[in-house]
Amino acid sequence: MHIIDRRLNPKGKSLTNRQRFLRRVKAQVRQAVRESSARRGVQDLEQGGELSIPREGVREPSFRRSSSTGIRSGVLPGNKDFVEGDTIPRPPGGGGRGNEGSPDGGGEDDFRFVLSRDEFIDLFLEDLELPDMIKQRTAASDQMVPLRAGYSVSGSPANLALTRTMRNSMARRLALKRPKGAEIRSLYEEIEALERSGRDPQRLTALRATLADKLRMSRQIPYIDPLDVRYRRFQQVPKPVAQAVMFCLMDVSGSMSESMKDLAKRFFMLLHLFLKRRYERVEVVFIRHTHIAQEVDEDTFFHDPQTGGTVVSTALDEMLKVVRARYPAGDWNIYCAQASDGDNTTSDNRRAAQLLADTILPLCQYYAYIEVGRSDGGPEPFGLGSRDRESDLWRTYRTIADRGGPMVMRQVRHRREIFPVFRELFRRASEGSPTP
Amino acid sequence: MTLTTDDRLLYAGADWNFDTIQQVHDAIERIAVGDMGLDVYPNRIEVITAEQMLDAYASNGMPLYYKHWSFGKHFVQHEMMYRKGMRGLAYEIVINSNPCISYIMEENSTTMQALVIAHAGFGHNHFFKNNYLFRQWTDADAILGYLDFAQKYIADCEEKHGHRAVERVLDAAHALRTHGIFRYPRTKVADLRSEEQRERERHANQERIFNDLWRTVPGGDVQLSSPTSSDRRRALLQLPQENILYFLEKTAPRLAGWQRELLRIVRQIAQYFYPQMQTKVMNEGCATYCHHRIMRRLHDEGRISDGAWMEVMHSHTNVIFQPEFDDPRYSGLNPYALGYAIMEDIERICLDPTDEDRAWFPDIAGTPDHMAVLRDVWANYRDESFILQFLSPKVMRDFRLFHIIDDAAQPRIRVDAIHDERGYRRLRRALARQYDVAWLDPDIQVIDVDLEGDRRLRLQHRVLDSITLEEADAQRVLGHLADLWGYDVLLEEISAETGGKLKEHSASPRNRVI
Repeated sequence: MHIIDRRLNPKGKSLTNRQRFLRRVKAQVRQAVRESSARRGVQDLEQGGELSIPREGVREPSFRRSSSTGIRSGVLPGNKDFVEGDTIPRPPGGGGRGNEGSPDGGGEDDFRFVLSRDEFIDLFLEDLELPDMIKQRTAASDQMVPLRAGYSVSGSPANLALTRTMRNSMARRLALKRPKGAEIRSLYEEIEALERSGRDPQRLTALRATLADKLRMSRQIPYIDPLDVRYRRFQQVPKPVAQAVMFCLMDVSGSMSESMKDLAKRFFMLLHLFLKRRYERVEVVFIRHTHIAQEVDEDTFFHDPQTGGTVVSTALDEMLKVVRARYPAGDWNIYCAQASDGDNTTSDNRRAAQLLADTILPLCQYYAYIEVGRSDGGPEPFGLGSRDRESDLWRTYRTIADRGGPMVMRQVRHRREIFPVFRELFRRASEGSPTP
Repeated sequence: MTLTTDDRLLYAGADWNFDTIQQVHDAIERIAVGDMGLDVYPNRIEVITAEQMLDAYASNGMPLYYKHWSFGKHFVQHEMMYRKGMRGLAYEIVINSNPCISYIMEENSTTMQALVIAHAGFGHNHFFKNNYLFRQWTDADAILGYLDFAQKYIADCEEKHGHRAVERVLDAAHALRTHGIFRYPRTKVADLRSEEQRERERHANQERIFNDLWRTVPGGDVQLSSPTSSDRRRALLQLPQENILYFLEKTAPRLAGWQRELLRIVRQIAQYFYPQMQTKVMNEGCATYCHHRIMRRLHDEGRISDGAWMEVMHSHTNVIFQPEFDDPRYSGLNPYALGYAIMEDIERICLDPTDEDRAWFPDIAGTPDHMAVLRDVWANYRDESFILQFLSPKVMRDFRLFHIIDDAAQPRIRVDAIHDERGYRRLRRALARQYDVAWLDPDIQVIDVDLEGDRRLRLQHRVLDSITLEEADAQRVLGHLADLWGYDVLLEEISAETGGKLKEHSASPRNRVI
């Protein structure tokens, strides 16, 4: 008997089969991902999950005998009180006849299975695109990679290109007719044999002369000449690194309720997720503001309540300050998402608009403004029929957005709107313009 | 209570290592081969993880298999059920090959490993090596080599002709898989080893005789062959033919060489699994009987502890549990339960027969060597004949079996026979029929095709008990068949009793270049 330990064998032998399966049902899976993503939170989105797709696309048909025609018979265990000749009403739906279920098991209408996190997010973000990625700058420091670039005649011994060197050496030896080792050896042997036997001294002299000649030649023509030596050459090539910074701006004044913050958070996280898949390096800066603005960490950003008035331009100022200090626009792709309930001190509107249009937008790849509303009735900033009654900030920003530029704005009032809005913002250009 | 370590114990505790496995295997082998007279292929035991077990599930338990989306589908299905805890994993998978490969999972306790080795490594193994169906139909020495060839060949085709093209052929071939089997032995024994060789030679021959000049020879005036009679034509095409895949491989006019080879691969593998379909009850019954007797003997001899024996009994009773028909857990007769019950009963009939047994089984009742009887049963029967021959009234009573007839024309189901004196024989016949593959798979044959005319392929389904084909599925399969054939196909459903036509399906090829 042999025992073989296969536990260390590669896992996921079925992986290609799984991918083939997903490819086959891609359209249906995509649809299912969209539908299920509307129902789940952002954190859940990171986890993949169970999907169900119509059975139709994955059916494996075969010739089978129908389960509803003709005279069928069956033998079952567990008779309680039937006797021969009894009649029994037919169970509804043809159930109770286990051996006639569909071969896939279950006989459900839908085929259910679990997608991994990566598969899920890939499908979810599949046809989305980051607008305006031109500024994929190469960062200056320590981002060089050595790349093979032919051969050179100088270099470090570690980079000696042996094959190339030996090829050169052989070509030179052949061309200059350097005597081979075997030739010289056979001469030696012949001379030795002649010397021992003492016959044919004439030939011996001739051989000695030839040998001397050959030895001289092999001394003069070296086996490997410095001329032959080649080294592998490497060139330092700057490695393009796409890096992005994402600014999250949020109004945390008293008028922002927890549910509004939750909406904003979802949007921020989605954007972060998306950027993370497009850029190798994504940094996030959280800036909250009331009538004053400050940069905070994530936890404080979402959970620490603040009171005060609302002056939007302070946040924009703070952002500019951070950009100037840490994220030079030449090296970073700058994305900004602002969430607010639309309140702003009236006197600040002009200054905010000016700041945004003249300074911030030219720096940004993309500026998204999300105006969050309340889903639960209550004293909401928009009131009933709110789509008509626009907030001050909304009106102000719209004049800027209308002028073009990398800015979009949307209103979100309920969790289920987050995904559609997000998809709409980042839809691939071919499917329609991202700007309103 | 005192803890004593007994020298005779093979192992203690649940943790195992390769030495204990070896010892356990040797002890089991001594009982299985020495006492029970089993005749087995050499064993190869491979330890795998749960994840690898899931992988193996998806490809019919085979260690290597070609790639196809349907295996991926089964994989995601098993995976979900496993993750949700709806279904545990099998403790083992065993492959009919020489050497006989059994997979055991690393999570199992030593006792479970012993049980698995007794069950798969000796029970199934003996059955594979000795049952006439396996001897006749499968080539245990070469199956792994053949699967390896199939995997490489199909991967190669994918590279040459594209995923889509290969997938379309495989989809179609899979749909016809149940009708790609020779049900009656032919003169030539399956020899999978020469398959690869044959393919290479065919390819080489094609390359050798290739001559581009033929392309330039003006066509047009094709010789008008003399109109052959339809009888002669059918004889030439070996019609009627129930192996549809074989017929397509040999006759379909539009298939390329590699496409024929794919059909052949699917057909060969289906043929390999054919005996397993016909011997589910016997195979599992044999393995269950063997593991139970072997483990009991180990316990009797004091080689395993009482605790281990309890563990064995626990999983043994789980395996042979048979829910009753009105139980929500009921999903058909459990082949382990039925097979084990009948075999245990054969042992009882041999050793301790009653008058009833003497009347029903005069040949074996009272035979002193029950193992010889069982070995003979394992070697020479399949499920259908096994049940027809050996299902005793006692087992029917124990299972409280009853036979129902569900006539679609009647409003109610009728109970035809129960486990009583009048019903035993009818009950047994009905149950045996349930396991007759020739009755389970619809009888569909290619009956005629006019290769010089419209090339429409005609098939016939001989309908038994007026059970026609599942309409939607039949239409889909027929579509695949038309794709492979390249021209229209027609399937008639003819009543076997009256000869009247019940239904007709037809399909046309959907894409010209399958």
